[in-house]
Amino acid sequence: MLSTIGLPHYLTISAILFTLSVAGIFINRRNLILLLMCIELMLLAVNFNFVAFSRYLGDETGQVFVFFILTVAAAEAAIGLAILVVLFRNRRSINVAELDSMKG
Amino acid sequence: MQSIHLTIVLAPLAAAIVAGLFGKKIGRAGAHWVTILAVGLSFLLSLVVLKHLYWDGGTTQNYSVYTWAVSDGLRMEIGFLIDRLSALMMVVVTFVSLMVHVYTIGYMHDDPGYQRFFSYISLFTFAMLMLVMSNNFLQLFFGWEAVGLVSYLLIGFWYTRETAIFANLKAFLVNRVGDFGFILGIAGVVYFADSLDYAEVFAQADNIAAQTIRVAGFDPWNAMTLICILLFIGAMGKSAQAPLHVWLPDSMEGPTPISALIHAATMVTAGIFMVARMSPLFELSETALAVVLVIGALTAFFMGLLGIVQNDIKRVVAYSTLSQLGYMTVALGVSAYGAAIFHLMTHAFFKALLFLAAGSVIIAMHHEQDIRKMGGLKKYMPITYWTALIGSLALIGFPGSSGFFSKDALIEAVKYSHWQGQGAVYWIAYLSVLLGVFVTALYSFRMFFLVFHGKGRMDEKTRSHLHETPAVVTVPLILLAIPSATIGWLTIGPVLFGGFFAESLYVSEAHDVLARLGETFHGSAGFILHAAQGPAIWLAAAGVLVAWFLYLKRPDIPEALAAKLKPLYTLLDRKYYFDDLWIDGFAAGGRRAGSFLWQKGDQFLIDGLMVNGTAHSVGRLAGVLRHLQTGYLYHYAFAMIIALTLFLGWLLWL
Repeated sequence: MLSTIGLPHYLTISAILFTLSVAGIFINRRNLILLLMCIELMLLAVNFNFVAFSRYLGDETGQVFVFFILTVAAAEAAIGLAILVVLFRNRRSINVAELDSMKG
Repeated sequence: MQSIHLTIVLAPLAAAIVAGLFGKKIGRAGAHWVTILAVGLSFLLSLVVLKHLYWDGGTTQNYSVYTWAVSDGLRMEIGFLIDRLSALMMVVVTFVSLMVHVYTIGYMHDDPGYQRFFSYISLFTFAMLMLVMSNNFLQLFFGWEAVGLVSYLLIGFWYTRETAIFANLKAFLVNRVGDFGFILGIAGVVYFADSLDYAEVFAQADNIAAQTIRVAGFDPWNAMTLICILLFIGAMGKSAQAPLHVWLPDSMEGPTPISALIHAATMVTAGIFMVARMSPLFELSETALAVVLVIGALTAFFMGLLGIVQNDIKRVVAYSTLSQLGYMTVALGVSAYGAAIFHLMTHAFFKALLFLAAGSVIIAMHHEQDIRKMGGLKKYMPITYWTALIGSLALIGFPGSSGFFSKDALIEAVKYSHWQGQGAVYWIAYLSVLLGVFVTALYSFRMFFLVFHGKGRMDEKTRSHLHETPAVVTVPLILLAIPSATIGWLTIGPVLFGGFFAESLYVSEAHDVLARLGETFHGSAGFILHAAQGPAIWLAAAGVLVAWFLYLKRPDIPEALAAKLKPLYTLLDRKYYFDDLWIDGFAAGGRRAGSFLWQKGDQFLIDGLMVNGTAHSVGRLAGVLRHLQTGYLYHYAFAMIIALTLFLGWLLWL
């Protein structure tokens, strides 16, 4: 049984990846780049699920979805990095703990 | 005829607009010429109208000129009812107005508000004409309020004077009290008759009188009694009947010409005119007539008493006006409407004359109005002296003068008004008007003697400048003195007993005291002889004698008397504490209630608790909640994940 790798394994990896990325978002208090990377990771975890299920159900729609998500993620990363550059230019810092201008 | 009526009304309005808006362009002379010509035109055309109605046998004209609005079948129109009553009023109003216009040239000679003054008095003439010529209640109310407005503007004409501002506000507020009753009365008329038109309302008078209305949970009132009393409350405000008389003496803060025109001859008689015009309504309510009678009687006597202790020359005349208005009201109360209007007419002439004479004295005295500082003016101002004498004699009812005929007819009418029974109402009225004659003579000649006779008590500087006033002042005096002396003799027969008002005034058979008087009327001379047997003439003579004795022969007595009867003197000097009642009682009470509602109701409850309270509580809640907003990205993300997890869990397990 151990020799065959099935759907549960993929889902487990996906869950581990997702949890890691969520933990990364919470625990990381210093670097905004890490935050962006965590978000990317989260999307990858979701993609993993899509591909796994697509394969398991024999339905290609899930893989098409993955392409879309990858495209959007790329665009999002580009925008996120651009914002990051501007932010750094203005505040000379990308420390997450210092970005609290929305504090009530 | 219609274009004549329109011209009569609109000429003064046009002149008022020209003098008011273009006063700077046309200059001082332009302002007085345009207004005098307009009012003169109105006067001449009014004479034409009167001549047409009386001598040429013209008929009463009742038509509407313009429909302003129709609301639920209720027509609001501008229209004219031209009968002998309104024609007589038009002639009186325009004549006195014309005299006052001319007189003003002299009186206001150095005043910077010259054009404004002419504009106002012309506007007043327009408003008063609208009032008397109206054929419906709405236009009556328009004229009523418009004359009140102009009166307000003119009392406060010298608006930099503190006292003038106080007086005009007082006049305005007291008149609001009366007008409140008046408009309720009109509302009652509309409610019961469903029309504003006089003729239509009068046609339904019997129908109204048959109905009752429940007011504030009391026993049902007769609808006519309620309407008439409410309308009369309006008349009490405008015609300054007790207890709403307090504004009239203070209105003397205005320039003297308007005291003569508005606060003696015309506007204050609007209430009398209105009640006479409403005679078909008042005749149907004996209760309302009794109220009118008692109010008038009290005013006639008690306001006259106040004239005795006043020292301001204009205020003496003002109290005498109050007293005379009381007389007219008494005449209305005994259904002698004709006598009331007759007295109104003669009073308009002699009281305008007295006021203008007082104004002439004031000009000569350099705007000193205290009669204690006058005296001996006879030799400096002969024309003013003789005209004032004619005016005073007319006022006290000297046989043959105009006031004699009107007042004596009035007193006789009260005496014969047995339909009120011999009860308290009758005796209050009869004694008041009789004793009032004595009081009238006393204060009139007290003032007359103090001003024109005896030693001069003014300072040297004033004395050296004393001289007769210019012709623009004395000519109106003379022109007013002529009717003051003669009009009673000439017109009593036709006006009172010749059925002059037959079409205008309705008097029920049982109330018709004038018809009963008419049975014994045999010409003016006969009337004088008849009056000599009555007490009134002798009371007047006694009043003059007492005045002569007290103020010329033994000037020390009045002061001793005042000291001896201190409480009585104080009571009179304080005007029966009516001012205190209104100002410290009602006005101050109103202000206290207003201030309480303002502070507790508005500021505390509405502003504090409700409007600002809501905002404050939202603010406080937000102040607590905003601490949730840390501004840290990971806190928001955490909240999102937790919420997502919770919702997911909820979805899965529930």
